[in-house]
Amino acid sequence: MRVRVLYFGVLRERLGGDQDFLELTDGATVTGVLNVYRERVPEFAWDSIAVAVNQEYARAEVVLRDGDEVALLPPVSGGVEG
Amino acid sequence: MRIEITDDVIPAAEIAEEIKAGADGAVCVFDGIVRDNTRGRKTLYLDYEAYREMALEKMRALAEESLEKFGVRDVALVHRLGRLYVGETSVLIVVASAHRGAAFDACRWLIDTLKKTVPIWKKEQFVDGAIWADGEPFPSDIGLPKSSEAKAQSADGEPSPDAIGLVGGRGEDSGRPADDAHISESRYGAPGFARDEKLEAGE
Repeated sequence: MRVRVLYFGVLRERLGGDQDFLELTDGATVTGVLNVYRERVPEFAWDSIAVAVNQEYARAEVVLRDGDEVALLPPVSGGVEG
Repeated sequence: MRIEITDDVIPAAEIAEEIKAGADGAVCVFDGIVRDNTRGRKTLYLDYEAYREMALEKMRALAEESLEKFGVRDVALVHRLGRLYVGETSVLIVVASAHRGAAFDACRWLIDTLKKTVPIWKKEQFVDGAIWADGEPFPSDIGLPKSSEAKAQSADGEPSPDAIGLVGGRGEDSGRPADDAHISESRYGAPGFARDEKLEAGE
């Protein structure tokens, strides 16, 4: 199956694009997707991010389906500083 | 409810005016504007970006929740994206209510929660470099478990490398040259940029 992966902010810059398509085995989870990117940018603070699947925040153990949209979200910083 | 993500100037006065109705005793406005410095470092402009569809949906959900949680009558929630200069409005929150207490409380809750949960990011351009604002840590019901916990999970039988590889094209940004030298100062990659020198978050 294939999922679309989007990334934003500092991750977009670090990965040099704004999306990928990943080919995954059936039963793949959010963790599986994260492992791909951990390898690509090992020094990034991966513990700080959140993941959305089809625009809803999702846990690491969520099982993906063909056509899912997976977004890697660095800590958000909308609005204005204190 | 007026919930928007816009690339244009936010007409703050107009939005605050049009929300008023006869039943209201209070309109509380939070006008978030670009400040000229962060901890003394001079700011030139901010670049905002969003996971647009999700951000708009999250803003709608927050506005709905605020009506229920605080019993206010109506809410406007507008965020601007793109390049904003000092003094410009990046986020506008307007709450209309019969009584001031609920209006203040809802307004405060909306900006605080937006900053933690709505997928919008900003990069600050200073006179001497640029940095992605840190943001606050995600609330525990949103963030992922730390990698130590994740590893424990895979030891318990989580199927491991389930990804086979990258296929297909990159996004439209693909192939562009590396960003200019300023960007290398992002705290995630810059040598010597101490992690504890993070931008202050929170109102």
